[in-house]
Amino acid sequence: MNTTNNNQSQTLTSPLLERLGEALLTIKNLHANINGKEILKGLDLTVRPGEIHAIMGPNGAGKSTLASVLTGNPAFEVTHGSVTFQGKDLLELAPEQRANEGIFLSFQYPVEIPGVSMVNFMRTAINEQRKYRGLDQISATDFLRLMREKKELVEMDNKLANRSVNEGFSGGEKKRNEIFQMAMLDPSLSILDETDSGLDIDALRIVANGVNKLKRPNNASIVITHYQRLLDYIIPDFVHVLYDGKIVKSGTKDLAFELEERGYDWIKQEVEEAP
Amino acid sequence: MAEDILHEVTQADYKYGFTTDIETDIIPIGLNEDVVRLISAKKNEPDWLLEYRLKAYRHWTTMKMPEWAQLKIPEIDYQSISYYAAPRKNAPKNLDEVDPELLNTFNKLGIPLEEQMALSGIAVDAVMDSVSVKTTFKETLAEKGIIFCSFSEAVEHHPDLVRKYMGSVVPHTDNFYAALNTAVFSDGSFVYIPKGVRCPMELSTYFRINAMNTGQFERTLIVADEDSYVSYLEGCTAPMRDENQLHAAIVEIVVQKNAEVKYSTVQNWYPGDKEGKGGVYNFVTKRGICKGDNSKLSWTQVETGSAITWKYPSCILQGDNSSAEFYSVAVTNHHQQADTGTKMIHLGKNTSSHILSKGISAGVSNNSYRGLVRVAANAENARNFSQCDSLLLGDKCGAHTFPYMEVNNDSAVVEHEATTSKINEDQIFYCNQRGISTEDAVGLIVNGYAKEVINKLPMEFAVEAQKLLQITLEGSVG
Amino acid sequence: METIKNVSVSEASFSGRLEGFEQQYIDLYKQYHEQIKQHSAPVMNVSRNASFGLFEQLGFPTSKLENYKYTDLKESLSGEYGLNLNRLKIPVNPYEVFKCDVPGIHSYLYFVVNDGFYPVNDARNETLPEGVIIGSLSKMAEVHPELIENYYGKLSCTKKDGLVAFNGAFAQDGFFMYVPQNVQLDRPVQLINIMRSDVDFMANSHNLIILGKGAKAQLLVCDHTVDDVRFLSNRVTEVFVGENATYEHYKLENTHTRTTNLSTLLIDQQASSNVLGNIITLHNGVTRNTIEIDIDGENCETLLCGMVIADKKQQVDNFTSIIHNQPNSNSRELFKYVLDDLSKGGFTGKLYVARDAQKTSAFQTNRNILLNKSAKMRTKPQLEIYADDVKCSHGATIGQLDETAKFYMQSRGIPEKEARLLLMYAFTGDVIENIRIDALQDRMKLLVEKRLRGELSKCEGCVICQ
Repeated sequence: MNTTNNNQSQTLTSPLLERLGEALLTIKNLHANINGKEILKGLDLTVRPGEIHAIMGPNGAGKSTLASVLTGNPAFEVTHGSVTFQGKDLLELAPEQRANEGIFLSFQYPVEIPGVSMVNFMRTAINEQRKYRGLDQISATDFLRLMREKKELVEMDNKLANRSVNEGFSGGEKKRNEIFQMAMLDPSLSILDETDSGLDIDALRIVANGVNKLKRPNNASIVITHYQRLLDYIIPDFVHVLYDGKIVKSGTKDLAFELEERGYDWIKQEVEEAP
Repeated sequence: MAEDILHEVTQADYKYGFTTDIETDIIPIGLNEDVVRLISAKKNEPDWLLEYRLKAYRHWTTMKMPEWAQLKIPEIDYQSISYYAAPRKNAPKNLDEVDPELLNTFNKLGIPLEEQMALSGIAVDAVMDSVSVKTTFKETLAEKGIIFCSFSEAVEHHPDLVRKYMGSVVPHTDNFYAALNTAVFSDGSFVYIPKGVRCPMELSTYFRINAMNTGQFERTLIVADEDSYVSYLEGCTAPMRDENQLHAAIVEIVVQKNAEVKYSTVQNWYPGDKEGKGGVYNFVTKRGICKGDNSKLSWTQVETGSAITWKYPSCILQGDNSSAEFYSVAVTNHHQQADTGTKMIHLGKNTSSHILSKGISAGVSNNSYRGLVRVAANAENARNFSQCDSLLLGDKCGAHTFPYMEVNNDSAVVEHEATTSKINEDQIFYCNQRGISTEDAVGLIVNGYAKEVINKLPMEFAVEAQKLLQITLEGSVG
Repeated sequence: METIKNVSVSEASFSGRLEGFEQQYIDLYKQYHEQIKQHSAPVMNVSRNASFGLFEQLGFPTSKLENYKYTDLKESLSGEYGLNLNRLKIPVNPYEVFKCDVPGIHSYLYFVVNDGFYPVNDARNETLPEGVIIGSLSKMAEVHPELIENYYGKLSCTKKDGLVAFNGAFAQDGFFMYVPQNVQLDRPVQLINIMRSDVDFMANSHNLIILGKGAKAQLLVCDHTVDDVRFLSNRVTEVFVGENATYEHYKLENTHTRTTNLSTLLIDQQASSNVLGNIITLHNGVTRNTIEIDIDGENCETLLCGMVIADKKQQVDNFTSIIHNQPNSNSRELFKYVLDDLSKGGFTGKLYVARDAQKTSAFQTNRNILLNKSAKMRTKPQLEIYADDVKCSHGATIGQLDETAKFYMQSRGIPEKEARLLLMYAFTGDVIENIRIDALQDRMKLLVEKRLRGELSKCEGCVICQ
């Protein structure tokens, strides 16, 4: 499925090197509301293929809102700005079109859908994606093979795959299930929204391992997290601090360590002191 | 895999809406004692049955249509209906003799009366308009002593059984439609499972209204003798017509000691068009009695059709340790109205009943659950658990719940839970984010919601039911 | 086939009338309506003939009517009751003889004896905040006709109900309370209804309660019977709760077994108002409480609770109806019954969510315990929902005390009788917790416990009750 030719080398992960290649995602001056309250207040971000961006910030900064807006959650209203994804105006697209364009969100709170089996759910999703891309439906054997392969990636229990979507899953199982779906759908941009929250260390390792194995030169990830902990496992190329609806500071993964040590207060101070 | 079916379905229209061009024997419209006599005469009935019909007719003339349901029923002129319509050919001896058009009809319905049925192991009795057309596998069943035939044949060949049980569960005085049916019923199915026999295949009846201006008034009588078991399926379709058609059936089930009966219905009568024109009025009395100790009766219904549904498959738990179940999915869209549920009457000791009802309303439809759980004074240790959930798709439909609980014994435990909510937007968005369109997401979610009930259906019916749910709801979300 | 005429056949037919009982009252009204009017206020007389006409049409309700399925009034209506149409002076001064105060409750105290407001002579009532009017409905209707005519009968005249119509024809007086805009009563108002008569007696009183915008009031209504004769009380209470107002209504019934207590409480809620109803039947004969709450503004909060403890041949039917006409409101309903001996309980929980009432959330619970083989419970939740963006649920159970819990307590040395008591007490606990007057809550805990121990919960120090 990865048909775009991409010459970027695996080593091109250092932010110190000049950024190369076409941007995958470009966000410009993004403003967004929920229930009339402005949460994003002029956010800019560019993500290129092969990059991992970590977005950190205090509670209420707008981290999850960014994930919701990028995936088209109807609860949020975009009032200003633009988002371009692989050359298309993302904001024009319905949520399922964005998904089929290759955007995947690992939900902070994965939704339970009683009575709908994971198998049925995944097959429907895969076939919708294939239809969108002008491909035939996946054959039963191919589908089962794919399921088996990807389940192993996140060490997911066979039983879980036969249950209803997220129903009765533990917190860790739900997060693993998100990464499993990500593996199945093979997105070009994955957004991990607080994927580490509520995970014990083993589950965190499994989830991170899954994400790392899925990393390729032509896809990218945005990792939204409150803590630096996840970034020990998923090494970001860039770390951005989101505060009061804007990215107020960007850096390398050292910034994450600094945030871990010093908290967010100094950032707030810096922002407030800025002219 | 059953789930694949969901995605094959793209047709929003009622696909059973064809009519069949076959010669039909219809009597003139109207109802009086002479008509009752005429129906009885056409069927060469014995005097006792004619007398029973007349008694019911006379009682019916003293009754009024029930008005307590949450239904707006237009005035029905019972004198403008023809009470008997039959394909003109007389009882065929084998399939070659069946009117080819008729066979075609059943083939279109996906009910081949022939070899396919052998493969799926279902014996079928097909009722077209008012007359039972053909029963398959009669001989195979006869070897075990099982009687599965049209009601008329049963009257002719097993009059003692019919006379013993007919009206014993639903008396002719029971309600307006039951009295009407008893007066004018034309045919239906009869099942008798002898002592100790486990029916080796599913028994199935397909009901089809075809002729214009006719009502369909069939009767089903199932008797499961001691230690026997049977699973019975009922399917219904009708052509698309601008006028409303009346269907007032009776189903009676007698379950003797240690016996078990499962009765499943997929009801897909023509629901009328999107503007609410036409459609079948489905006013049905279904009741079973768990007569003997340790007997068991289970009703499962998937109701997607009919313009108006008035139907409460019920159970009288008379035998000690008897148990009953009612599983229902009722979907209404456009202008459909459904008032459906069950009655569980606990009389014996240690009886238990379980009710699970899932209502789905869309369009400008109204969907009501109405159920009664009654524990009699001597019904020690009765147990009931009821759950009724309603799902609303759209802001112009209605979902209503009327559970009645009447407990006269202090050892009973009766519990009822109900919820009403709209379809969960988080679930839809979650599906959208995985690339699934909103319409497909609704289909998935609704089928998931109804799954507990659909899983109770035999496999062939489960597939059909899932398709129907999807079709019925198409175009209901914008 | 059928010719469809566009005629709905579901026009409600009011066939459920108790033929035979009505006539004497119809004759009585025809003969004495001038006197009835003469001893009431013009405002109350305006709709009197119309109410009578409606009663003639409807009659007394029977259990054939869906809304009265669980109320049987045949026995109650067979009595030969006297009516005090000429408003003869009541031979008792409740302020002197009735010490039924809840200990520690600091309230404004008023009495309605039979169906007449008893003239105020309590010094404590003189400290009412300015603008608050409390008194006899018929008197106040003459003093403030402009105020009362805007409200009197506005809720009750919309009801097609035989008892409400009867009340409209015969009620001559009752309790009136007006709390103006932004006035918040610092203490609860206590209204004690005393039934006092030497012969079998019928009382028809009409209460009217108006809370202006932002007002706040708590009303505690206590029902008591005094003499050992048959009483039939048919009361209608209309309550108008203005925007942002807070109203709490406690009804505490403690009457004798020869009492028929028919009470209709109609509440209208405007936007952002908050209403608590708590309807407690501790001891009674035949009781029918109709409680209908109309939510006519957005962002309202409604909590309706109730409990019933009944034994002997007592009957209690609580018919409740909460109607959400406007969006964004929350309602909760909680009713608990403990039924022993030959008692009969009925509960209807109608919940109606109109098409426009999006974002409604409404939850209802009805739980019942039968302690005796002969006790009977009928419960009927009823959800009618026409809006899609709602969260509604109800749960109803009928059963017994938790045997495992009882055994657990016994295994810790608690006698079975005491264990049962503790469990029943716990069972009713959440209703009592929803009493927001501390002194009343404490008092109720005590009364309920006494009642559950089988002691008739007579008020301490009550001279009349003996």
